Amino acid sequence: MTAHFKQDGPVESNRLDGMKQGVIGKALPRVEGLAKVTGTAPYAAEYQAANMAEGVLVTATITRGTVSSIDTQSVLAMPGVLAVIQDSRMTTRAAQGTAGQAPQQEPQTVSYWGQPIALVVAETFEQARDAAKQLTITYDAEEGAPLDPQAVESEAKEGQTVNQGDLAHAMAEAAHSVDVTIDTEGHASAAMEPHAAIAQWEGDKLTLYASLQMLNYNIAELADALGIEEEDVRLRAPYVGGGFGSKLGISEEAVAAAIAAKQLDRPVRVVMSRQQVFQCIMRRSETHQRLRLACDDDGRLTGFGHDALVSNLPGEAFAEPVLQSSHFLYGGDNRSLSLNVARIHRMTAGSVRAPGEAVGMPALEVAMDQLAEEAGIDPVELRLRNIPERNPEEDLPFSSHKLAECLRQGAEAFGWDSGPRTPRQHKEGEWWIGTGMASAARVHNVSEAKVRVSLIADGTALVRTDMTDIGTGTYTILAQIVGEMLGLPVDKVMVELGDTQNPRGPGSGGSWGAASIGSAAFMACHALRKTLAERVGTSEEELSLKDGIANSGPSLVELLDGKELSELGHYEPGDIADDYTASGFGAFFAQVRVNRFTGEARVDRMLGAFGFGRVLNAKTARSQCLGGITWSIGAALTESLMFDPNDGHLVNCDLAEYHMPVHRDIGEVEVLMVEERDPVASPIQAKGIGELGMCGGAAAIANAIYNACGARLHHFPMTPDRILAALPD
Amino acid sequence: MADYITVNDTKHPLPDDPRVSLLDFLRQEVGLTGTKKGCDHGQCGACTVIVNGMRINSCLALAVMHDGDTVTTIEGIGTPGAPSALQKAFVEHDGYQCGYCTPGQICAATAMLDEIAHGMPSDASDTLEGEIQISDEEIRERMSGNLCRCGAYANILAAIRDVAKEKAV
Ligand code: FES
Ligand code: FES
Repeated sequence: MTAHFKQDGPVESNRLDGMKQGVIGKALPRVEGLAKVTGTAPYAAEYQAANMAEGVLVTATITRGTVSSIDTQSVLAMPGVLAVIQDSRMTTRAAQGTAGQAPQQEPQTVSYWGQPIALVVAETFEQARDAAKQLTITYDAEEGAPLDPQAVESEAKEGQTVNQGDLAHAMAEAAHSVDVTIDTEGHASAAMEPHAAIAQWEGDKLTLYASLQMLNYNIAELADALGIEEEDVRLRAPYVGGGFGSKLGISEEAVAAAIAAKQLDRPVRVVMSRQQVFQCIMRRSETHQRLRLACDDDGRLTGFGHDALVSNLPGEAFAEPVLQSSHFLYGGDNRSLSLNVARIHRMTAGSVRAPGEAVGMPALEVAMDQLAEEAGIDPVELRLRNIPERNPEEDLPFSSHKLAECLRQGAEAFGWDSGPRTPRQHKEGEWWIGTGMASAARVHNVSEAKVRVSLIADGTALVRTDMTDIGTGTYTILAQIVGEMLGLPVDKVMVELGDTQNPRGPGSGGSWGAASIGSAAFMACHALRKTLAERVGTSEEELSLKDGIANSGPSLVELLDGKELSELGHYEPGDIADDYTASGFGAFFAQVRVNRFTGEARVDRMLGAFGFGRVLNAKTARSQCLGGITWSIGAALTESLMFDPNDGHLVNCDLAEYHMPVHRDIGEVEVLMVEERDPVASPIQAKGIGELGMCGGAAAIANAIYNACGARLHHFPMTPDRILAALPD
Repeated sequence: MADYITVNDTKHPLPDDPRVSLLDFLRQEVGLTGTKKGCDHGQCGACTVIVNGMRINSCLALAVMHDGDTVTTIEGIGTPGAPSALQKAFVEHDGYQCGYCTPGQICAATAMLDEIAHGMPSDASDTLEGEIQISDEEIRERMSGNLCRCGAYANILAAIRDVAKEKAV
């Protein structure tokens, strides 16, 4: 049976809070933890298949043009080489998140340096890698591809422009104002597990082990690329070694592996090299932003302007949604916002953790810090004064709003000094020490989700969906939700994820996973409870389930009487999104030190306070926040994609040259979770938390750098060379 | 020439192809996929294993260079039925998210605590000689070759700190 629920209004019943098991929200360790720490959890490349061949992708060394010939004879005689695949169905980019159809195909047409153009398959990885290097390729290059986002005419992104009132006038009349231009460099997701796929055909049926975030979309994307039916495809991804957006859409190695396996009639594995992951998956676009803020004597915003320029390849619909939270975070009657896209021939731009806010919020929050200084108001106070009652552009109510609490509780826990904030007040040896803060905001999303929950005759539960756990905690929170609803400890709830033979989940992305799939599981459990209540002779509301016992009477095993009971939970977002603005909110506080001589900045401690609805698991939710804060530190200080100005290729395409934070970059980190119930966000009153932790954090560090040493930078990341150049004498 | 590598107490013949890295040897030929490949270039630490008692990046070594050596991988450190103290502490402190860097972190931490016990100094040590005090900064410095993109560093530190303390008493 199906328990379908379309959410058209708030769900105030808070049923989870009325349950008796007491596992929801608890800081329980991950149910798959032992598999991960002992190396027994298998990731995509780690499945065994008899007679498996190995494929290595070959990538283009021109920016734009066509492949005129590939001399396959040059490698086919090499030991072990089986084939050079150049099939027009091969894909040349990863699909954008939720595309549901094949991305760009026809690999002979090149539109960026590093694009896959062929696949070499051999008996062993070493043989394939060698042959891929030796392959002779000739190109017909088309010169003059635009590469510099600021040198081309950009196009306005539809639906992003807002013009309300008269911002220019507000700026001119303002008691205080700032008008700043801020640049952010590109970022890479750089998930630790490289993209990998194993393809295996049985007749016309394909099984593909993959490292992907959204199997529910990926299955359609893969089928479309191959020209086959979804019914003939099975995707499996029970463990995914991180995604952060890079595995939202079907990627090149998966399609290539499937084509090669069919052609050679044997299983084929294709694993991207780290350099290939960097160069042919997704980059976060660099941004060029202008912030205009105007306020009155009391610091109340009268004008709000945010314009951004981002880039992408021609034909890509995705544009880094820089303004996403700027539309509603602060008030100001006179508003002007715009987003423009420059079409250039760098690799594909797409989603990297917290697309939009990850770079838009740091820019906005640096501008707010400057406004606070201009107005002589404490930066925490300035934000408190500008929290709008309703969405200032759409005049909608907020589903819930924890910004003020996060600011206040965060400031207190951090020990924020609300006194005067003149830079260069604290010195320790050669280090200037300072503090800074910023708000956090990230829109809340939900998506359609299905999951099957079964009560097995032995009194355990089985949860099945194609939803993934990319480190987010899906396995554990599903066990907790189902355990809570059905009165079972989590070790009596088995969770099976990452298999398209199971009902379609929402996929992991946009921080919507937990709230969406959790709500579907909640619906299924609610229906199961009704059936159980009938059997006990009571109502669902009166049914109390704990440790496998119903209303202190019969056990689940007795109620089931040898037969399995199963429900398909189906959650669908309804019209509610038109009636409310839903977002996670928070606040960051940072203490940094800046070296007077080298310009090096180090984060001594950082605190994040976040409000994101119900906390489903206090341990895994905190970890998501910690991860976001870690990314904030990278975005603030070190992470930057660098492109060759001559051919647009990504130069720092590995983990030695792309500087993500390491252990010693992370000082003391504290997370405050400001609990709430958001009845609009989802039937389980939870919002997303996977991305909020990096939406503004970089600004807290930038503002602390200014407070420490007086260098006001408008360019992320704030590397020593930039800090030195900005240091006042 | 011994012509074999001992992996977690079992002898395995050297590969025929001299190009096979120690990492690929472990993953493909021995079939122990707990050791991960994150970069294949010595930049991430996901492939950390313990060779003759010392941690190395197994992607930076050819299998044939380890003729006669003794390798301990994550599978040799503990099993789901009998996890090591560090493995348990990682679960308790949520010292991971996706789990992909985790075997490397645990192998590195296991060997790293021995390095401290043997008085091997690091950039974070106060002196180059004598006993080393285990501090957060020592652990962070010594673990900085093991990247975690999920950003579980604070929890990994807490897990290692717990075990280091237990060892000390
Ligand atoms: S795989 Fe060996 S260091 Fe990255
Ligand atoms: S747990 Fe995912 S990279 Fe460390």
